[in-house]
Amino acid sequence: MSDEFRSSKAINLQSKWDELTEGLQIYEPATSVDTITGEWRTQTPVFLEKDCKQCLLCVPACPDSAIPVKNQKRLDFDYDHCKGCGICVKVCPFHAIEMEGVE
Amino acid sequence: MSRKDRLSGNEAVAIAMRQINPDVMPAFPITPSTEIPQYFSNFVANGQVDTEFIPVESEHSAMSAAIGAEAAGARTLTATSSCGMAFMWEELYVASSNRLPIAMALVNRALSGPININADHSDAMGARDTGWIQIFSENNQEAYDNFVMAYPIAEHEDVHLPIMICQDGFITSHAVENIVIEDDDDVKKFVGEYEPKHFLLNADEPLAVGPYSVTNYYMEARRAQAEAMAHVPGVVLEVAKKFESIFGRHYGLIESYRMEDADYAFVLMGSAAGTMKEYVDGLRKEGEKVGLVKVRMFRPFPAKEVAQALSHVKAVAVLDRAESFNNVGGPLSGEVLRALFLQKVRCEAADYVYGLGGRDLLMEHVRSVLEDLKKLCAGETLPAFYRYLGVRE
Repeated sequence: MSDEFRSSKAINLQSKWDELTEGLQIYEPATSVDTITGEWRTQTPVFLEKDCKQCLLCVPACPDSAIPVKNQKRLDFDYDHCKGCGICVKVCPFHAIEMEGVE
Repeated sequence: MSRKDRLSGNEAVAIAMRQINPDVMPAFPITPSTEIPQYFSNFVANGQVDTEFIPVESEHSAMSAAIGAEAAGARTLTATSSCGMAFMWEELYVASSNRLPIAMALVNRALSGPININADHSDAMGARDTGWIQIFSENNQEAYDNFVMAYPIAEHEDVHLPIMICQDGFITSHAVENIVIEDDDDVKKFVGEYEPKHFLLNADEPLAVGPYSVTNYYMEARRAQAEAMAHVPGVVLEVAKKFESIFGRHYGLIESYRMEDADYAFVLMGSAAGTMKEYVDGLRKEGEKVGLVKVRMFRPFPAKEVAQALSHVKAVAVLDRAESFNNVGGPLSGEVLRALFLQKVRCEAADYVYGLGGRDLLMEHVRSVLEDLKKLCAGETLPAFYRYLGVRE
């Protein structure tokens, strides 16, 4: 049956029961990147680039790695994975992130 | 060379475990299975096995550790009874849905309450829908043989499911019988090495085990698991055939005893099958055409084989060593009657609960069952769907 390598990318809502992996095992790393979980979010943080000093304190505080960093600078949020927890809003010393309901 | 030895069921299973030499054994003591990890920890201490023995703090932890070890790629087994397995309940489903071929020695014991340490099948029946393969042993020899066959069944590439080998508490686990123990090397060769394709400790293949399944995937996952269970009967027979060719003892999914020309059949599981063979012989001497169908494999249920074995009888009595509290009958009768109905076998049928909490099944009980079956065949109806055997009333 399905005790063979099958990439998680090949499995989707059209996959039949015998096209899944055994026990739904995933035979590759970092597949959470492919899984869009941002839709769980009810509140959305907004990045105010003009106020950002690029201190990067928000990056390690994010529980979901939803703040991408390139060339030592943070970019806008990865809304495919941000759950809207608001921790980054609390952490930012420069009020460069805004979110409804979080001071 | 095989040898004859006087052994209890627990000793026999512990010896099978020593011969298998598993990688990991997490276990927590509970009567009447306690001796199995006790004997096995002696083997560990004496250097007779190189198993990692984990003395966990509960059965919940025992099965959790077994799941972790098996997923890591280690051949893992454990032993328990009664409330111990009830405490594993959540993990039993995790083991089967993650397709981990863990082996368990279940020494059947009544569940509390009232608290009782003796044999009945209510622990195994509580786990009948957990996705584990369940094989019942009649005596010490079968407990040993079934455990030797456990991994070749569970680890078969078409199966990959956990397996519990059941024996009746005290009646089988503590009673000493003369049995045949096979040569260590022959057993090792028969069981073979465990070589999982995917396992967590494989550095070359990052692996996630047990991911969350949303509604869109859950039923497909269950359907796939059911397919694995559908492969089990064929594999059990294949393994039994190989076992017979090497060790000479025959096993099927069921065992029919003096059924060829039987008009009345008894169906049951476990140690009472040995008792019932004696009673069948006794009744046959009196001219009664009775026979026995012993169910060896309860999960998955061999519906076709059971119906075929009963296809020619006038009446069948199913004897359950567990209560279902459904006002209709025990769990075994539910399976047997469904098998008869779906296979279009029509005969009279009655259900009985016997042997709860270690009570003996006596000839007078069996005589009363036979009287009931004759009444049914004469057109009478019984006062209830099922009744208790040997209860004071």
